[in-house]
Amino acid sequence: MRRPFHDLSRSWPYVLGASLIFLLAVMGISLGFGAVTFRAQDLWAWVSGSADAQTQLILNHLRLPRTLLAALVGALLAICGTATQGLFRNSLADPSLIGVSAGAAAGAGGVIVFLNHVQWNLWGLSLVSLGAFASGLLVVWFVYRLASGVTGTSVTTMLLAGIAFTFLAGALTGLLEFIADNDMLRRISLWRMGGLEGAEATRIALMAVITAIILSILLRQRRALNALLLGESEARYLGIDVQKLQRTVIICVALGMGVCVAVAGTISFIGLVVPHMVRMLTGPDHRYVLPLSAVTGAILLVVADAFARTVMAPTELPVGLVTAFIGAPVFISLLRQRGYAGIGA
Amino acid sequence: MAILEVRNLDVAVAGAKLLHQVSFSLAAGEVAAVIGPNGAGKTTLLRAVAGDIPASSGDLMVCGRTHQQWPLLDKARQLAVLPQTSILNFPFTVAEVVALGRNPHSTGSAVDEQIVAEALAALDIAHLRDRLYPQLSGGEKQRTQLARVMAQIWRAEDAQERLLILDEPTASLDLGHQQQLMQRIRQMAASGIAVLMVLHDLNLALGFADRLLALHQGKLVANGPCAAVLTSELLHQLYGAYAAVVRHPLDGRSVVIL
Repeated sequence: MRRPFHDLSRSWPYVLGASLIFLLAVMGISLGFGAVTFRAQDLWAWVSGSADAQTQLILNHLRLPRTLLAALVGALLAICGTATQGLFRNSLADPSLIGVSAGAAAGAGGVIVFLNHVQWNLWGLSLVSLGAFASGLLVVWFVYRLASGVTGTSVTTMLLAGIAFTFLAGALTGLLEFIADNDMLRRISLWRMGGLEGAEATRIALMAVITAIILSILLRQRRALNALLLGESEARYLGIDVQKLQRTVIICVALGMGVCVAVAGTISFIGLVVPHMVRMLTGPDHRYVLPLSAVTGAILLVVADAFARTVMAPTELPVGLVTAFIGAPVFISLLRQRGYAGIGA
Repeated sequence: MAILEVRNLDVAVAGAKLLHQVSFSLAAGEVAAVIGPNGAGKTTLLRAVAGDIPASSGDLMVCGRTHQQWPLLDKARQLAVLPQTSILNFPFTVAEVVALGRNPHSTGSAVDEQIVAEALAALDIAHLRDRLYPQLSGGEKQRTQLARVMAQIWRAEDAQERLLILDEPTASLDLGHQQQLMQRIRQMAASGIAVLMVLHDLNLALGFADRLLALHQGKLVANGPCAAVLTSELLHQLYGAYAAVVRHPLDGRSVVIL
């Protein structure tokens, strides 16, 4: 069976361009959805600067930053997912496998329970976000140390260590929830469901810079990442420093996921499903999968967030719930056609 | 001139001595088949030569260099290795898998495409070029992987001294493709590549290798031209099996009959 995009080397600029235009269109449309609905002419008035003050306020200070943040978080999640699946050489691997999400949840819980009254922030990130980021990275570091020995890093050990630490961090979160009062409990569980409220300029700038850096680092490694899919020794025989490559990927994924979780809580399934879907279209070449996953992840999270704002308006659903509701059925349907595109253990 | 020089090589993994005082050399254009029973150290020898596992003692020079003083990328231009099993679950096309063999080179896409096309044709898989690798049969996968490692050291312009290491390349191939594959390997050798491979099929080794290296319990018990080395005594020593080595009635080559 052939792939839809059989040879992208010539059509690539058009495919990428079209997908970016589609992303912009989706972002534009999503601006209209929310507790207050804007029609096309309202949006047009806003673009041309003739909208009323309330419309200006909502779009400039709520919708636009939030849509931008959703796009960036979605992109970074999908990039991390692509890199994780490449690292584990398994197209069903999830970036949270290395323990970062569970660690972050425990860290966020810890801050919510023990540092409840500290109002302090850095680069627009609250203490909860920073705690999540730090503990997510700490867990990855433990997992990485455990999996690394004199003979190098074992990806299998890393997978198992990730599972073990995920359980440990989960138990810790459970303990924190147990000792938390009602208000804290609600904050912890809401945080875990993920949300994109509280988007503002510094956060967006931070996300944009980190996404750009991680994408460019991984894109520079695209040939090495492709070779790694053949196997670790095979990649080494092709002249690739596998140790260094693995370390680079792990650092990128840990940082990327850490920042995503810090900014938006745990948002599942984007990192798992998006690269998988993109690979079905383009094949596994990271030169195409990385950028196109980023764009697709952005589109998906923007759409999911628009859903989250609209479904129960004026109440907002946590966006993590929406991605899980969309992502799980998509994933199940992928499993049902596992013969295609060579999904397998 | 020797592409591969092995002197008194000892290899121990986790305290177990897997190779003991192995010495041999391999010249450019020479095809050597490593034979021996299961667990004799054949794959260990290949992995030590490829630089995957370090020698405990002894000398190992490939293309005049030791693995320690050989940058990975330079090495990949001169030394290509096909492991026993390769698992690739990602839906690369056959042509893309073969093109990965050109990764260590920066010869430009025109040259690379040409080489990929030649390697595909050489292994009789040109018609599969757009098929997805995970959907191929075992033999087709094997030929694709082989085309990949061949593409890696295809041209003498990229590197004059080249070594090809193959671990049971014929394992999942049918009779016709086994023969075709061995002929391709001979053609590669004729262009100056030294070939070191593990073969289980003794008659294939007799038919296509210049030299046999017989391993038994980590020791090199025989090393020399096929016809001279392969006797029914050696087979009994190696495998504990009784087999006759006779002359082929048509061309006079040695043939093993069980």
